[in-house]
Amino acid sequence: MKATVLIRPKEGILDPQGEAVVEALQHLGFAVSGARVGRLVDVQVDTDDPEEARAALDRMSHELLANPLIESFTIELGDRDE
Amino acid sequence: MSEAPRIAVVTFPGSNDDGDAMLALELLGAAPVRSWHADSELPEGTEGVVLPGGFSYGDYLRCGAIARFAPVMEAVGAFAASGRPVLGICNGFQILCEAGLLPGVLRPNRQQQFVCADVTVTVESTSSAFAGEWELGQELVIPVKHGEGSWFGGPQLVAELEARGQIAFRYTEDVNGAVGRIAGVTNASGNVLGLMPHPEHAVDPLLGPTGGVPVLRGLIEAAGVPVLAA
Repeated sequence: MKATVLIRPKEGILDPQGEAVVEALQHLGFAVSGARVGRLVDVQVDTDDPEEARAALDRMSHELLANPLIESFTIELGDRDE
Repeated sequence: MSEAPRIAVVTFPGSNDDGDAMLALELLGAAPVRSWHADSELPEGTEGVVLPGGFSYGDYLRCGAIARFAPVMEAVGAFAASGRPVLGICNGFQILCEAGLLPGVLRPNRQQQFVCADVTVTVESTSSAFAGEWELGQELVIPVKHGEGSWFGGPQLVAELEARGQIAFRYTEDVNGAVGRIAGVTNASGNVLGLMPHPEHAVDPLLGPTGGVPVLRGLIEAAGVPVLAA
């Protein structure tokens, strides 16, 4: 089944990329005062069991996709294009 | 130290300071040997290891995150666990942090820019295996060149590292937004050292500062010391 892992810089963790994006948006004239840049990983998990998929995604997020020291993650099951 | 210690310099896809590390180690009297990321073992007779700077695996996902799964890293982990010295420089430091062999993580620079400059660091601890000839407060001028070198650890981790003497170097001025201006840390047993500055670029007075000499000499000295039974 398809799934998406969203990885974000944790609250309070410096995000220079987000700060650069805010500045660029302000240069374009948009009224914004904050942006945080994370990562999105679409994963095709080779199982049809949602619980099994979620457990695997949780493990892969902890072990590789996110660095728990500075990043948090959320798991969304299903195809986000549908 | 009777013979020149054999120091393995690991090349990952995207490493670019492995050649300089080999040259600098040779200049300082060591016997550097090349090691390849896909090898599952370190070269025979390895007494010290350098993970050099560069952009291993294109810095995909996070700097060092993929390199940690290279076959050679299992051997490096076992080598470190046996008490032998391992030095990670820049990308090598990032790899050691991602591999859990060193505490903390390296984040993008606070100033949102790549920094390339000679910086001054002070020796903050002399308790590691590398510090035989270092003096507390000693200032070393060594170049940095990185976009993601801002070391981060939470307040509790930093307090623990300070208490255990694991903070090896601090910048004298803010270079990249690193917590506590931390430039280099060691593991708890003091045989794994990582730092963002490049000691291998600072060994020849013809080319600029020579603050890298005590760092690399520290590795060479540590590599030449026979390991006591664990």
